[in-house]
Amino acid sequence: MITVTDLTMRFGGLTALDHLNLHINEGEVLGLLGPNGSGKTTFFNVLTGLYKASGGSILLDGVEVIGQSPQAIYRSGVARTFQRSRLSLPLTVFDNIVIGDYQHMQRGLVFNLFRRKAFRAEYDAYVEKVTALLNIFSPPLVAQLFEPVETFSMIDRRRIEVCRALISRPRLLLLDEPSAGMTHDETDALMDDILQVRSKLPGLSVVLIEHQMNVIKRITDRCLVLNYGKKIAEGSYAEITADPAVQTAYLGEETV
Amino acid sequence: MNTPSNFKNPALVLALATSAITVYMWLFLHAETQLGVAALLITALVATILSRRSGATQQLELSAARRPGLARVWALGGILALIAAFYNQHFALLMICSVLLYTTACLGLTLQFGFSGVANFAGAAFFGIGSYTTAVMVTHTGVPHLLVIVLSGVMAALVGSMLILPVLRTRGHYAALVTIAFGILFKTFIEVNDVLGGPQGLQVPGMKLFGRAFNDGFSLFGVDFSFYISYALLSLAMAAGVFVVVKALERSWIGLSMDVVRTDETAAATFGLHIARWKVVAFMMGNFFAGIAGSVYAMLMGFVAPNNFTFADSLLMLSIVILGGLGNPLGLIPAAIIVLVLPEKLQFIQEYRYLFYGALVIAILLFRPDGLLPRKTRLFFQRGEKA
Repeated sequence: MITVTDLTMRFGGLTALDHLNLHINEGEVLGLLGPNGSGKTTFFNVLTGLYKASGGSILLDGVEVIGQSPQAIYRSGVARTFQRSRLSLPLTVFDNIVIGDYQHMQRGLVFNLFRRKAFRAEYDAYVEKVTALLNIFSPPLVAQLFEPVETFSMIDRRRIEVCRALISRPRLLLLDEPSAGMTHDETDALMDDILQVRSKLPGLSVVLIEHQMNVIKRITDRCLVLNYGKKIAEGSYAEITADPAVQTAYLGEETV
Repeated sequence: MNTPSNFKNPALVLALATSAITVYMWLFLHAETQLGVAALLITALVATILSRRSGATQQLELSAARRPGLARVWALGGILALIAAFYNQHFALLMICSVLLYTTACLGLTLQFGFSGVANFAGAAFFGIGSYTTAVMVTHTGVPHLLVIVLSGVMAALVGSMLILPVLRTRGHYAALVTIAFGILFKTFIEVNDVLGGPQGLQVPGMKLFGRAFNDGFSLFGVDFSFYISYALLSLAMAAGVFVVVKALERSWIGLSMDVVRTDETAAATFGLHIARWKVVAFMMGNFFAGIAGSVYAMLMGFVAPNNFTFADSLLMLSIVILGGLGNPLGLIPAAIIVLVLPEKLQFIQEYRYLFYGALVIAILLFRPDGLLPRKTRLFFQRGEKA
């Protein structure tokens, strides 16, 4: 589904991604690992069009992604969450989730201003949709659909972000450290929810940046380890944890 | 939402509240003595505190939320009653007109600054473009005046579109600087331009609508009416119309998109929102509203000059927007009254009036940092409301 060839991203003298080669298959959960600063989030930012790569190519079903606007990439079915949650805090839970389906909303002036009955029908359909998503990820939030997001805990905000990413039924979901700041049980619950969603949307591919090894072990089909912007290992969870290069990257060189 | 246990009939609450506010405004516009104005200001302060403490304010909000249509009818009725009460008093009607026209222009600024986050420090310039367009068109062409008003708004929006590129390329304070520069540019351009009357300005003939000249006073059943009454009704119709449009916009996908663009451009772009498009829509629509308000203002005053559209006037407009509660259209009305009418009412303390007025504005923002009526969380529809 996605083929990345020789992807390079430089910020001045710093090379954040260094001739990265990888592919993402349809329907798989790919774990993206690596120490801090290894280029994982940069990869997401390049893939979603926020950064323009210095070189290389990203093909999404054969179409070049690099050079496309974030808006165009979103329309071709890529949605994400952010490492530090990026929600509109004064807006309600509903507002924040529903905007994820911007591409399917009717945005005409006449429709929005004067055809209020038709708008109401579309709005009602969205309330149902958002409620259904929240019922999977966080049923208690359904009762607080019209409360501003700033009143919620970090964990709830993350769940809201996942719902925002999923409402447009993307083909590729990018999760940037969804478990950060969560307790063990909360992380488990979130992963259960993501697995459940995936079983309902068979074609959905997920790329997951994660530091918690138990999470990686539980939900990924395949893993990829980055260090200094280079791919240093690829394979199943068991394979990469046994890889000496990975151990070195995480724990440092063994000194005698 | 919690319903207070002693919740009364919403229709009754709305009727009582609007009647009380209308009577108060009637007294306020009448008051001319030191003692009278001071007493009214203290009454307003005490009444606000008491109604908050007793839960009356909350009841009023809840009632308005339950019966939004009825609340609008009462508000409109209240203003109409005020206009009727001052049927033969020029000055009071002029004040009412100013408040309504500034409210219209500030609704435009709310769309720009409150919704999309584009701070426009040249509100008075766009108001002025509307005024000058009207002055020229009414004097030199035979275009029907209702159409002149619309075209003045279009002109303001078109001239404003010159600023789109610099405003989109800059952010925050820098975008604000671009608009400040434009405001100064506009005033200077008008001042040195002899065709547009230079510093002396231009005369503007009065409005004619369906063959009736607004500037002729008229008598009905043997009672003489002020000619301002026609302008007051026109201003009210315009302010009400723009208010309804801005409120509908807020409770639509467009308002939501503008809010998301304002709060987080990165997230907005990631979810497909066209940042530039929404800023441009808000900027053009906002300037259109400022332009149509300026158009009626020109015909009402009968005269336009560069000194009516200074940077200070732009600041006045923005201070109404912020004092009312950024992003809340309803807050503009009390804020416009405080900013426009209060200094007039304080004339008896002469040069101290601006000192007092400035201190009052600071005090309000000290105790209510989000403005008189802070913007509420968006509800697209009230519970049980039909489309």
